[in-house]
Amino acid sequence: MLIDTSTIGLIQVEEDTKILPPNVIITTFDKIVNWSRLSSIWPTTFGLACCAIEMMAVGAAHYDFDRFGIIFRGSPRQSDCLIVAGTVTKKMAPVVRRVYDQIPEPRYVVAMGSCACTGGIFRTYNTVQGCGSFLPVDVYVPGCPPRPETLLEGMMLLQEKIRKEQARWSPWR
Amino acid sequence: MAIVLRKVLSYEKGLEPPEIVERIKEKFPEEVIEVTESKDRISVTVKSGRIIDICRYLHDDPFLLFDHLQDLTAVDYLKKKEPRFEVIYNLYSIRYRNKIRLKAQVPEENPRIRSAVPLWAGANWHERECFDMFGIVFKGHPDLRRILLPEDWEGHPLRKDYPLKGPEPENDWPGYIEVLNKAKELKEFEWEG
Amino acid sequence: MDQVEKIFETRELNVNMGPQHPATHGVLRLVLDLDGETVVNVTPYVGYLHRGIEKLGESLSYFQALPLTDRMDYVSAMSNNIGYVVAVEKLFGIEAPERAKFIRTMVGEMSRISNHLLWLATHALDIGAMTVFLYCFREREWILELFEKICGARLTVTYPRIGGVRNDITQEFLESLWKFTEEFPSRILEYETLIDQNRMWLKRTIGIGVISAEEAVNWGLTGPTLRGSGVPYDVRKFTPYDAYDRVEFDVPVGTEGDTYDRYRCRMIEMRQSNNIVRQCIEKLPPGPIMADAPKFTLHPKDAMFPITHPTKEHAFYIDEKVCKGCGMCLRACPVKAITGEKKKPHKIDQAICLQCANCLAVCKFKALKIVPGGKGLSEDKLKELAQAPLPEEITKAKEHLVEHFTFIKRGPRAPEGDLYVATEVPKGELGFYFVSDGSGKPYRMRVRAPSFIHAGVLPRLCVGHLVADVIANIGTIDIVLGECDR
Repeated sequence: MLIDTSTIGLIQVEEDTKILPPNVIITTFDKIVNWSRLSSIWPTTFGLACCAIEMMAVGAAHYDFDRFGIIFRGSPRQSDCLIVAGTVTKKMAPVVRRVYDQIPEPRYVVAMGSCACTGGIFRTYNTVQGCGSFLPVDVYVPGCPPRPETLLEGMMLLQEKIRKEQARWSPWR
Repeated sequence: MAIVLRKVLSYEKGLEPPEIVERIKEKFPEEVIEVTESKDRISVTVKSGRIIDICRYLHDDPFLLFDHLQDLTAVDYLKKKEPRFEVIYNLYSIRYRNKIRLKAQVPEENPRIRSAVPLWAGANWHERECFDMFGIVFKGHPDLRRILLPEDWEGHPLRKDYPLKGPEPENDWPGYIEVLNKAKELKEFEWEG
Repeated sequence: MDQVEKIFETRELNVNMGPQHPATHGVLRLVLDLDGETVVNVTPYVGYLHRGIEKLGESLSYFQALPLTDRMDYVSAMSNNIGYVVAVEKLFGIEAPERAKFIRTMVGEMSRISNHLLWLATHALDIGAMTVFLYCFREREWILELFEKICGARLTVTYPRIGGVRNDITQEFLESLWKFTEEFPSRILEYETLIDQNRMWLKRTIGIGVISAEEAVNWGLTGPTLRGSGVPYDVRKFTPYDAYDRVEFDVPVGTEGDTYDRYRCRMIEMRQSNNIVRQCIEKLPPGPIMADAPKFTLHPKDAMFPITHPTKEHAFYIDEKVCKGCGMCLRACPVKAITGEKKKPHKIDQAICLQCANCLAVCKFKALKIVPGGKGLSEDKLKELAQAPLPEEITKAKEHLVEHFTFIKRGPRAPEGDLYVATEVPKGELGFYFVSDGSGKPYRMRVRAPSFIHAGVLPRLCVGHLVADVIANIGTIDIVLGECDR
């Protein structure tokens, strides 16, 4: 049965989104996929160094990651975001890459802290100068370590980024 | 399950540090090279040949009882001193509250010294670290492998002739190069919005 | 028959635990050989966080190496700072003033509380008590906020300095800290009601990871991990540093040497720390917070304020007659306001100049003149004003600035020699071994990290127990991998 949309009362709430009272929403597929993805980012529990402690603090009750729908998962196979929290050493790099490879698509990477962004103060033989050299990083969160608010801001930026994606659901992507 | 609260910790006064040095000199007259007074304790420089006997004496003698190995490490005196390496033992006696430092000289070619693991089990990882960082071989160690760096790493970083920034990118640790190559390979599968 | 046996041969199961495992407290990797559920052999692999702090410390001056110590044991950064600072002070032969000592003792004990809170949170979380985690983080947040009040940072504080502390504490801070110490003992009771008599907790901790006193000493264990076995070795009592000889506290000592005893020791230690903090607040003497040793300590920055924070902006001017064109100021300028060829007098573009005074500090020939309140004046006017004598406070500030710059650049010259200084951090005995060759950088900087030694004892604790107890054992020795790998 086809509905003639011109005759019934569709209410436009925002661009590309219309509501047919009482409970029908008409919107684009992009929008609904992105919305569901961004409101349930599940990062892997993967702490490397100092920043992991701040990441734990964000996960605890005071800053409360859960209100963004961000819940830590123990296994990379159940998660869709990797927060690289801390210094990546050369010995650790294969492991970080493997954890990333285990995450199913769509996946995102947040480099948390100066060390993960650029190597920070550790310009030494065993430190990777920024995890961007072997991971596609979406959001860089600077700070040594970043305050919990900074990490929250970083995750919000990631949400904004996901909101703008187009056709990441199609099999031809 | 009972927890005891200890307020003032009394202890038996042991020998004075100079006396300890005298005893070592008496017992091992040919081994002691030099005795210096540092800011925290007396250090005794010895030859590396009978280091384990000296350690055993310090550890077992009922008047010394150096039962706590605070630290075991090495120093690289490249072009400053001969022989090049010194293995440092910082010892502490919990019973007598005495401290002493032993320095065993180790030459540059074929750096070898006897392991102290039979005396202090805690020396195990310290010695592995020394092997990793300086390339000093501890004879009689139960499991002498690299500890902090990967097994196939080249060079010993804490030696003075090792660059701080490590090897050039092309001679880097093979495992890391492999990761970089893998990342380059898989890059085409990444999503680009 | 042989063949049948071969098929059904019992083999040990090899399980790889970590580096990515939520219960390994970081990036520890264990390879477990299992016979059913019993652990036959454990091989720990560390070094996944080896950043070369010792090597890096040898290439930095004594001031610059201080922030590295925060990143070693990031759970109790303040204690690590104090350990480093106490060692370097002893090397230099200087002593911090009384007030600074009391402040350092106070913040050190605060960091002990915060460390034990995090330890309890993760240890309980690993064993299966999620509520404790949330409770502990509530108080930890409180302490971190107090840290923020005194130094502006939550985790990596770098608050103590060689010869004292960075800045003085305020009365307001002391009041809020006092409030915390009043409240905190009741919070400890709260955690204890959750787990102390919990049947599950008792089953998972009593008789697990038993280590006798002699063996614990032999393994080099320190801190609560050793005291749980009944050895009252505490560096704060044995070789007191800072103000520990002027505060009263008890050392809790266990009897059995199992996980439960170590847990009880740490809980009592939190109460003791709380008491020490209170005593420090009560006894805090007035006075300076930095040692009077201009050769070894950082100069106060406010002496340079007439130049760096003027009421009316200054102008900088290069005297053409004096300038040799060495190019030092050219390189020091952050905004490239200075132009000029080599061996010819340089010039400052007044429109770009930020008045940061970097060029003033680096100029060896005293060619740089400062014109107080001269921003916005024309070149000729500046030339004229530059010849006039300067006010006294600015001359003083200028001397101070140049001195400060050279001092920072080459570092404080330590006397030759070597020393090992131990301090009691929450994890155990943190020792720094320095070899100095008389220059501004340590010739050898060695860190004796308690976590490194504690991680080594894991095989001894785990073998013969069940797999589930491995987690309890990792928790009970209280390791942080940043410190372990350095």
